[in-house]
Amino acid sequence: MPETAIAAPEALLRVEDLKIHFPIYDGLFRRKVGDVKAVDGVSFEIKRGETLGLVGESGCGKSTTGRAVLRLYDPTAGAVNFEDRDIASLPANEMRAMRPRMQMIFQDPQASLNPRMTVGAIIAEPLMEHTKMSAGERKDKVAELLDQVGLSRDFINRFPHEFSGGQRQRIGIARALALDPDLIVCDEPIAALDVSIQAQVVNLLEDLQHRLGLTYLFISHDLSMVRHIADRVAVMYLGKIMELAPMGKLFASPRHPYTQALLSAVPVADPKIEANRKRVILTGDVPSPANPPEGCVFCTRCPLAKKTNDKRCFTIPPEWREIEQDQFVACHLAE
Amino acid sequence: MLIFTIRRLLLAIPTLLFISFIIFLVVTLAPSDPTANLPLTIPPEVKQKIRESLGLGQPLPVRYFKWLWQFVYIEPAHYLNQAFGFSIDTGQRILSWQTRSPVMDIISQRMPQTLWVVGTSYVVAILIAVPIGVISAYKQYSWFDQIGTFISMIGFSVPTFFTGVLLIVIFSVHLGWFPSIYDTTHSVTDWDSFVVQVKQMIMPTFVLALANAAQLSRFMRASMLDNLSQDYVRTARAKGLQEKTVLLVHVLRNSMIPVITVIALGIPNIFGSAIITEQVFKVNGIGQLLIIAIQGGDVPTVQTITFIFAILIVLFNLLADILYGVFDPRIRYD
Repeated sequence: MPETAIAAPEALLRVEDLKIHFPIYDGLFRRKVGDVKAVDGVSFEIKRGETLGLVGESGCGKSTTGRAVLRLYDPTAGAVNFEDRDIASLPANEMRAMRPRMQMIFQDPQASLNPRMTVGAIIAEPLMEHTKMSAGERKDKVAELLDQVGLSRDFINRFPHEFSGGQRQRIGIARALALDPDLIVCDEPIAALDVSIQAQVVNLLEDLQHRLGLTYLFISHDLSMVRHIADRVAVMYLGKIMELAPMGKLFASPRHPYTQALLSAVPVADPKIEANRKRVILTGDVPSPANPPEGCVFCTRCPLAKKTNDKRCFTIPPEWREIEQDQFVACHLAE
Repeated sequence: MLIFTIRRLLLAIPTLLFISFIIFLVVTLAPSDPTANLPLTIPPEVKQKIRESLGLGQPLPVRYFKWLWQFVYIEPAHYLNQAFGFSIDTGQRILSWQTRSPVMDIISQRMPQTLWVVGTSYVVAILIAVPIGVISAYKQYSWFDQIGTFISMIGFSVPTFFTGVLLIVIFSVHLGWFPSIYDTTHSVTDWDSFVVQVKQMIMPTFVLALANAAQLSRFMRASMLDNLSQDYVRTARAKGLQEKTVLLVHVLRNSMIPVITVIALGIPNIFGSAIITEQVFKVNGIGQLLIIAIQGGDVPTVQTITFIFAILIVLFNLLADILYGVFDPRIRYD
């Protein structure tokens, strides 16, 4: 897959042909028998202050991409340029020094907080590691961060299990903000929350972005939430990006058959429209990422490929092309 | 926490009473005869008289309550009299049928030996097991892990009476490095006698430590593996902490919670499991006392030692629960 676009000068993050393969070991002597191609040639860039939504169904490699962007996984191939510095190949020590610039908000707010540490300790720990603040300054900073995410300062000595899911996610956000990062990868930050709390957290994230000038990579499978927060959206399927477009264009005129199918799954609030709406129902299961189909990875389920029976779909991986200004798609047939 | 502890201690009383009764029944109803070891030339009538003088002629409930009274009132009262100069009126203390001396005195004479050997071995076991478990889990399926697993399997499956004798054959008989018999009369007064003490402790300590460390290191490894894959570890890495901090502060602290419980629960067990090792190395400890008492049909001694084990088990169970609450903030006993 060729590179996404000409790197704009203001790009904070540029991911180029990122590949993450997890080896499979099997047999008596545990030899390597193959790879799970969790992420297989993904390229995109995020401009400073922008929110890129990354959507796709479970197991398509969204979270793996997000983690690789922060080098929580070592990429098999490709580059992750953070301000023109390739962090995919940085030595561990230099990488650690970069960590304050990029943080992550995790999906499960219960599991991602150390159960034996108090809220204050969780938030203050990165300050201890990366700054030379005194204990008093740290305490002030923690209190300030709690204010920022809308939690009471009295919570400082409590443990994570004493909080509700929404509150815990706020703790996770305060922790991510502690070192004033530029980039925050939000790995399905609302998926584990009640619907009533989801909006609160998303609004908090938006609010923080405006105030602090944050850049988000927002990973989600909730299209309506992505629509709410993202500036541009990338759609992933089986380790590859299918379509990348500004939010308005993607939702108004999706070009890739997979995007069309995904969007048609979002219910419409009006029952009259909903009753007559034509849905694209995909048949079959997602193929195994250890053994992806030849040609286009989506060809086994693609309604368009089935209808036209185009040979290219089943033999040649599609080109990454700009079908309209700023709208990119990986499909032979999309128009 | 205090109320929880008190409630548990109160609940322990009926439990222990029940245990003491079961122990009494098992020991008393066993077909052993305290006079069986006496010379055959003693006529049966005299043997019968000896049995009656030991209290064996009385009905079972009377014997049980007598012993219970001796254990819960006379022995503590006697101790108080000795320690603080009280003059509480006491009766006959629990006497060993074999030596005719108070069982508690024999136990307190023997306790230091057991505590030295067994206690040291347990500490050594923990010191070996925790690092092995941590490294094995961190480098899962590495050579270190495979070797650690293999040694653990050996420690698990080879009984102490075999490893003990094996060590004696190698290090005492062939190499002559360490004495095969533990000299309990040896007293440490200067450096040389300290070296002798260490030398004679090495083999029994190692045998027991191997058995205990095998089990503990497996627990440690499993617990570390549980925690290493948790999300909060990824959070810690994302914070940009050093790998050492991630492992030792975040993962190890959380992993120690179940392991500490296992360690606490294992402490009363080591007294029991040391019986065989004490026998192999001729350590004059509690375990050996118990074996001799069983062989001699010495009911008061067997009963008292076994009941003390039972008390230790109940107490350390409680301690394990309390420690769990102390170390895991998610557990509250209110």
